[in-house]
Formats: sequence, structure tokens, C-alpha cells
Amino acid sequence: MTFSPLTIALLAILVLLGIGLYGLLAVRNLIKIVIVLQILGKSALLALIAAGNASGQINLGQSLALTVIVADTVVAAIGLALAVQVRRQLGTLDARELGKLRG
Amino acid sequence: MMILYGCLTLGMVACAMLAIRSSRLVVSSLWLAALSALLAVLIYLLGAARVAVIELSVGAGLVTVLLVFAVGIAGDEAAAQKPLVPRLLSWGLGLVVLALLGWFVLPLVAAPSPASQPSLASLLWEGRALDVLIQVVLIFCGVLGVLGLLASAVPVEAAKREQALPALEDGPESGPIAEQGRMQP
Repeated sequence: MTFSPLTIALLAILVLLGIGLYGLLAVRNLIKIVIVLQILGKSALLALIAAGNASGQINLGQSLALTVIVADTVVAAIGLALAVQVRRQLGTLDARELGKLRG
Repeated sequence: MMILYGCLTLGMVACAMLAIRSSRLVVSSLWLAALSALLAVLIYLLGAARVAVIELSVGAGLVTVLLVFAVGIAGDEAAAQKPLVPRLLSWGLGLVVLALLGWFVLPLVAAPSPASQPSLASLLWEGRALDVLIQVVLIFCGVLGVLGLLASAVPVEAAKREQALPALEDGPESGPIAEQGRMQP
């Protein structure tokens, strides 16, 4: 397998995706879960740009990547707001504590 | 050039690992900002200069500010907690998914470039107008999220005060406050 910039970008996408999946399974802190989601979003962003580069339609990749950046930022803002409110109401940032809530 | 690509990729992987493994949330946020900066450079080298600038300003700037602000409000709770899923199983699942994706994705080769492609502006405003409108809605949702981040705990305290008021009006002998007073030695 010859290493081209596209191959290296694909490897980076895969490794970031693997780290993000591991983080989603291993992390319990709510703010850290937002950080893990950011890592996964960056992997998707790089995938779109690499796909645009590979297909020769980099502008299409850029327009899709813009949507991903906006969605990723909104996810971070809303996720952090939820984490802060959970901390205020329950006094913890542990995701496992949320499972003990009763209606 | 390939060495630069390799160094950028290794740096991104190291930043992502350190962002997850760091025990302090502020330090994790800073590693995430470093990851965004390296990603912006890689995107720039791949030919997407505009998205690289936006990623650098939004990913490494705005999101980091939001994260540090949230950590400042919620507190830098120690992250040394036992994971939900055993660590070995997490690594195993991550590696299996990675291997499967690599099996399918890595043989891809670059396609021949089309003769002409529309500009980014025409793609955004004509070809993907609905997406742009949805992005505007998403940005409003983000603003509401930031307002939730900034909202103080006053409404909850006011609700508790309102709950306590009828008990006070009933008299000092009844209600939760009187009961609390009786329980104290």
C-alpha cells in the first residue's frame, strides 16, 4: 500500500473514530462526553474533506463540512448547558447518577 | 510533504488520547483545542482553506471557550472514575470497528477530477439552500443552549421559597421549617 496524503487522512479518520468510540464507552463525566463527541465530529469533518479531495469536488466537501461544524458547535453548547444544569440540580457530573433518577 | 502529513496525524492522535485520558477537564479542553488546530492545518493542506479557517476559529476558539466556561461553572470534578464498560472491552470494540472500517475504506483511490466544479458560494446558496436555512435554525438552538449555560440557579431557589411560604403562613407549629426546628437538639 502506497502512502498518499489521502491514505494518511483516511488513517487519521479511522484512528480518531476508534478513539471516539472508546471514549464513549469508557467516559462517565458529562463534560468529558461532550469532548468525546467533539472528537467524533472532527473525524466526520475530516472524512468529508478527504472525500471531497478524493472525488475532485472539494467545494462540495467544504459545503458539507460547514454544516458539520455548525451542528458540532450546537451539540457542544447544548450538551454543556445540560451538563451544567445537571450539576446544579443533582450536584454531580457522573452519567451513572442519571440512571438513578425516578420520575 | 508526507512527513508533515504523518506528523500532523500523529499529533492529532496524541491530542485526542490525552484529551480523553487527562484527569482534569480544563486540560482535556486544551488538548481538544490543540487537536482542532492540527486538524485545521491538515484540512488546509487537503485544499479546503475556508473550512480550515472556520474550524480554527470555531473549533479551537469558540468551543474551547465554551468548555472552559462550563468547567468554571460546574467545577473541575475529578475524572478518575471507574468506566461504565470494562476498559479492555472498550478497546476491543473500538479496534474491531476500526479494523472493519479500514478494511472497506483504505482501498479507496482518488477519482479523476471533474472538468469543472461549481464555486462554494453557488453550492451553498443555490444547491444547498435548505441546509443553510437549517444551519440558521441550529445556530438559534445553540444560542438557546448558551443561554441555558448562563442561566443562574435563581428560579430553583425562588420555587423553593414559594414552597416554603405557605408553610410559614400556616403558623410556626406546622410545616417543614417547624419540623426541622423540632428535629434540631
